[in-house]
Amino acid sequence: MLYTNLTHVLSGQEHAKLLQENENVMICCGRMGPMCIPVYESMEELENEYTHVKFADMEFDSPDAKVIRNLPECSGFAGIPFVVYYKNGKVVKATTSIQSIDQITEILNEHFNHK
Amino acid sequence: MSNHYDVIVIGAGAAGLTAGIYLSRAKISTLILNEGAVGGQMVLTHEIANYPGIESISGYELARGMKLQAQKFGSVIKSNIKITNLALDDALKKVTINNKETFTSHAVIIATGGKPRQLGVNGEDEFKGKGISYCATCDGDFFTGKEIIVAGGGNSALEEAVSLTKYASKVTIIHQFDHFQALEHYVDAAKNNPKINFIMESKIAEFIGDYSLRKVRIENQSTKGITGMNVDGVFVFVGYVPNTEKLEGLIELNNNKEIVVDKNLSTNVAGVFAAGDSIAKRYRQVTTAVADGTIAALGASEYVNNLKKEKMLVESL
Repeated sequence: MLYTNLTHVLSGQEHAKLLQENENVMICCGRMGPMCIPVYESMEELENEYTHVKFADMEFDSPDAKVIRNLPECSGFAGIPFVVYYKNGKVVKATTSIQSIDQITEILNEHFNHK
Repeated sequence: MSNHYDVIVIGAGAAGLTAGIYLSRAKISTLILNEGAVGGQMVLTHEIANYPGIESISGYELARGMKLQAQKFGSVIKSNIKITNLALDDALKKVTINNKETFTSHAVIIATGGKPRQLGVNGEDEFKGKGISYCATCDGDFFTGKEIIVAGGGNSALEEAVSLTKYASKVTIIHQFDHFQALEHYVDAAKNNPKINFIMESKIAEFIGDYSLRKVRIENQSTKGITGMNVDGVFVFVGYVPNTEKLEGLIELNNNKEIVVDKNLSTNVAGVFAAGDSIAKRYRQVTTAVADGTIAALGASEYVNNLKKEKMLVESL
């Protein structure tokens, strides 16, 4: 269980539904660990500002998280969290390991625009 | 809401949050500003097992408890902000965030902490998370059955090298000196582990790969000779650097860019105190940061209360 205030994606089905229902989606796939917590916190901070983006998390060790772990965009990744940005259901960016709020903001602005 | 506080604390790690707890409990209005996520380096620690009175706790939980405690007593916390200007010389201190909002206070406590030192060589940014890691407990399992390097020679490097042998088939410790800085029991544990070998007096000079790390170039510090080594992962534990870049020219720093303080944790600027990993000191632990935060908060309280008393005296004349 991830102790965040983000939307939790608990299954592959929920993952598919989330992508179907939202144009812009950012999912942080991680654990409750040192490299992941700062990313969740940044997402929680940005959630109010980027209302046109759906922010969610998924447990890295859940078998269903293979929908993220096995993405070709994540091949070669060896650091949690895996963070994936989707537009209209397609991956537009994926990052590995800890990212600062500035790095996340830059990606959001580049791919989802700032409203 | 007013943008004036009695004390502004810059940093929300163990030192900054402790200062916030002490100040706000003493009814000193307190604003805590933090550039990253609340908790500082505490949240980078999986388990803290030497915090008195608590047998075992994750760094995240301890940080969360300190944050809630500071807020409960009245501290206002703004995290993930950018400090864009600092004016500390005058009696009224000014801190501007995100280039748009300025806060004032009578006193400032700087508790900006430190960050893991990077090796600063070619390829390090490119392969972060793609073979290079700074957290063994986070990423160790990606290297199950693989050959890895641990860079560093301090306590963290040797302790994590031993823990990584749970996953890796072989661990090579590369250290720039001919001896380790780590405590003897960490050195012994590493030397007695059959999966660990050592390359001393050497540094990683470059990371090479394609979509992930494949190889490192290693420079011998005596001969300056360069050798290559194929590797699946590198864990970097080469110490910490203080977060004091924004303080240069504002307060006194030593050659290591650490803040110079007196025994009361006052800096050379009146009304400016400092605490935690960013100050010049020998030992950096959560407990020492908590102690620093306490001392700085008590010093700042006294400073602010004296200012208020002086002001009342002048007004009564």
